[in-house]
Amino acid sequence: MLYQPWPWYIAGPLIALVMSVLILMGKRFGMSSNLETFCTIGGAGKFTDYFKVDIKSKRWNLLVVLGSVIGGFLGANVLSPNPGVQISEKTVTKLNELGFESAGTAYLPTELFSLEALTKPSVLILLLVAGFLVGFGTRYAGGCTSGHAISGLSNLQRPSLIAVIGFFIGGLIMVHLLFPLIFGS
Amino acid sequence: MKSVLYIIVGTFLGVILYKSEAASWFRIYEMFQFDSFHMYGIIGSALAVGIVLVQWIKRSQVRSFFGEPIRIEEKERSFARYIIGGTLFGLGWALGGACPGPIYILVGAGYWPILIVLFGAVLGAFVYGFLRDKLPH
Repeated sequence: MLYQPWPWYIAGPLIALVMSVLILMGKRFGMSSNLETFCTIGGAGKFTDYFKVDIKSKRWNLLVVLGSVIGGFLGANVLSPNPGVQISEKTVTKLNELGFESAGTAYLPTELFSLEALTKPSVLILLLVAGFLVGFGTRYAGGCTSGHAISGLSNLQRPSLIAVIGFFIGGLIMVHLLFPLIFGS
Repeated sequence: MKSVLYIIVGTFLGVILYKSEAASWFRIYEMFQFDSFHMYGIIGSALAVGIVLVQWIKRSQVRSFFGEPIRIEEKERSFARYIIGGTLFGLGWALGGACPGPIYILVGAGYWPILIVLFGAVLGAFVYGFLRDKLPH
């Protein structure tokens, strides 16, 4: 059971538990604010006061990040004998049409996340742009999936609902309108 | 001691998101194609349990494990920043197949190209901080 992919009804409540434990520790569940802490550590405070913050007050969240890295290592190397993600047949067909042959057999598409793929400048730029949008977008919106979709909506906050609607507008535009242009033909 | 607790909570989160495949690019694509209930089930059940727990924490005025009063910060009111920022994040989430939590988790899982995504994300956060005063909020 532990070694099989975990079903949604186990994962969802456990995520809520992680959020609640962090709240009961006097903190909050938000992963994207760490991106700003990395900027501060890298010396971004020299460019704008926005990044002049006391790193000590952010230390707890960096430890959560460290834990996530360890968790990812354990998940991939100890708990998962088979990395293939059993996505639906329909999705596999759509991805094959876009040129993703690894659909259904890997955890991440090897067309984007293998070292061979990295030798292609187009893949490198694509990953960089994806990251940039994630970093810029989450900080502009003041949170990501953890801060808005889970924490914010759990607290019934209207701003988080607007942000999550934005997440879906962006995601649907990317997958339905832009993917055929980026990966098609 | 507290430090160890944060690391344990993070490790737990990392294992959950990796094992439930919420950190898989394929699951994010599948979600935006509405081909599977999986991701909606994860987010939906997290919310169902989350709403109950947060309401309980707020109403019972329970104190933190360390005896301090708990304050859950409300997000500031705005429309522009949430819809524009949210849409930009959504574009990146679908393209890179990972939101910030899974980015860290995938580093641990050994998918090294995700480091490029992480670098881009830190750069994006930096550019936001730089342009912040000029953007509609």
